[in-house]
Amino acid sequence: MKVLVSVKRVVDHNVTVRVKADGSGVETANVKMSINPFDEIAVEAAVRLKEAGIATEVIAVSCGSSQSQETLRTALAIGADRGILVECEGELQPLAVAKLLKAIVEKEQPQLIIAGKQAIDDDCSQTGQMLAALCDLPQATFASKIEYQNNLLTVTREVDGGSETLELVPPAIVTTDLRLNEPRYVTLPSIVKAKKKPIDVIPANSLDVDIATNLEVLKVSEPPARKPGVKVGDVNALIQKLKSEVNVI
Amino acid sequence: MVALVIAEHNDSALRPTMLNVIAAAAACSGEVHVLVAGEGCAAAAQDAATVEGVSKVLLAEGAQFAGGLAENIAAQVLAISGEYSHILAPATPFGKNILPRVAAKLDVSQVSEITRVVSADTFERPIYAGSAIATVRSKDAIKVITVRTTSFAAQGKSAAAAPIEASAPISVSTRARLVSKESLATDRPDLTAAKIVVAGGRGLASRENFEQQLAPLATKLHAAVGASRAAVDAGYAANDCQVGQTGKVVAPQLYIAVGISGAIQHLAGMKDSKVIVAINKDPDAPIFSIADYGLVGDLNEVLPQFTAGL
Ligand SMILES: Cc1cc2nc3c(=O)[nH]c(=O)nc-3n(C[C@H](O)[C@H](O)[C@H](O)COP(=O)(O)OP(=O)(O)OC[C@H]3O[C@@H](n4cnc5c(N)ncnc54)[C@H](O)[C@@H]3O)c2cc1C
Ligand SMILES: Nc1ncnc2c1ncn2[C@@H]1O[C@H](COP(=O)(O)O)[C@@H](O)[C@H]1O
Repeated sequence: MKVLVSVKRVVDHNVTVRVKADGSGVETANVKMSINPFDEIAVEAAVRLKEAGIATEVIAVSCGSSQSQETLRTALAIGADRGILVECEGELQPLAVAKLLKAIVEKEQPQLIIAGKQAIDDDCSQTGQMLAALCDLPQATFASKIEYQNNLLTVTREVDGGSETLELVPPAIVTTDLRLNEPRYVTLPSIVKAKKKPIDVIPANSLDVDIATNLEVLKVSEPPARKPGVKVGDVNALIQKLKSEVNVI
Repeated sequence: MVALVIAEHNDSALRPTMLNVIAAAAACSGEVHVLVAGEGCAAAAQDAATVEGVSKVLLAEGAQFAGGLAENIAAQVLAISGEYSHILAPATPFGKNILPRVAAKLDVSQVSEITRVVSADTFERPIYAGSAIATVRSKDAIKVITVRTTSFAAQGKSAAAAPIEASAPISVSTRARLVSKESLATDRPDLTAAKIVVAGGRGLASRENFEQQLAPLATKLHAAVGASRAAVDAGYAANDCQVGQTGKVVAPQLYIAVGISGAIQHLAGMKDSKVIVAINKDPDAPIFSIADYGLVGDLNEVLPQFTAGL
């Protein structure tokens, strides 16, 4: 079974994000970038399927600037076999990414596509579901467990109030929850090995896909700050404040 | 301009936070319809009909909707989408699962997790775990939107019920099947709707401690129990309790964070709470920077005193 994993280059989750003074976006110059944490989990899940003898090939795909090759290298170091960069400049909306990924899916014909449940920059949580709709594929979002047996995928999903289990007939799309796995620590030899793995670069404009968007970002601003609080000396003082100052208990 | 709201319900009633989604829909458009899709969910449709501002409820009943599969519900929404200027759902696992499918099929962008309706085509939404707020304008003919329910006041109930109309159920062939649902039984209030949330972090140090120190405080306050990701990962609390960027977003009257450091990903889920209390032994913990009341101390001493003092 061929597995395709989508990976996005995002501002590292440890970076404190600053809004640009002119309100046009957030500061991304000279900021540490990493693979989206959910996509790292997606790659790990795919590589584990390969190690279990279920996946035959793991392909990582990223859409973005040439720097996204670094993100693909991370995926290759975890154990993906090859990478595809759909190269374009500028910000891509999830719908545009889904359309680009669809073109790659049609070309590669994977049986399983694994995406992250959300990108930690735009926090959209759309792309996997959109790709599923565009390709008319069954989906299992927010997966905490993936199993494959007798040509059926059994996926446990995290939902409000508990979890649920779905059975999907491949080809299918799964998006990853944080709980799906803990990605391996990438070792130096695997980083060296990843450098030799192939990355295909495909210009986005060669795919005959309309990536224009009708969604315009008017401005990006700081969230409203909370007014500074106080420290209380002990539990009694705390209870007193909660009762009489703010009347919440 | 009519807005369509996709209802999350349990067959007998709307999920309480749907009142907030309907409020957001009413801010987008003068007229609001609600789609209730399910099997044996007429009572939920009646519930929807009595929400203020709802002028029509569409009831689609069929076995294909029973499991709540995204493929089936999205198909139903698409079948009736032509009449609407806005399609809204809550930004919960339910809404997030379905709505992007609808948007993609309509070839429109989705506006995720809005926190404010500026005008019929302009919305605010947090990005980067709430580190920034983006104001976005959609020029799409149909605006497809998920709503952060804690950012909108709940719509009231009205005395007169809106008409309920049957919506012919659409069948699609799907290669997905619901095998089972595992629900966590709890007699505590729903985390996303609770007035008080008591949340524990890695500082609780064990599941026993979580249950013996934190839970009694929550019980005494009739509060819901929340947790940080670290506490959930360590098995101190159920997954369903996770608050944050990738968990639930809550905004209760009172949020008590115990043994939680205050990582940005956690703050993303609770910093709009009305009053925030932080209990932490580290005076420099970042959680104190957003707390209205901070208490520096060992939770093992503070929690029993707190519970006993109420
Ligand atoms: C992509 C991504 C998504 C994430 N999503 C979420 C999310 O949705 N929600 C979330 O919560 N996290 C999330 N995280 C994780 C987040 O970054 C933090 O790691 C996590 O919130 C830390 O949890 P904590 O505060 O309980 O643990 P810690 O950071 O370890 O803090 C424990 C605190 O307890 C205090 N303490 C210890 N012992 C005591 C004692 N006896 N008495 C009093 N205080 C004590 C310590 O001083 C410390 O401040 C995410 C991370 C990533 C990368
Ligand atoms: N530019 C991109 N390139 C590759 N994959 C992407 C890109 N954008 C989003 N994705 C995938 O879609 C998931 C969800 O992203 P989003 O819908 O933006 O929250 C991510 O975790 C990725 O797996």
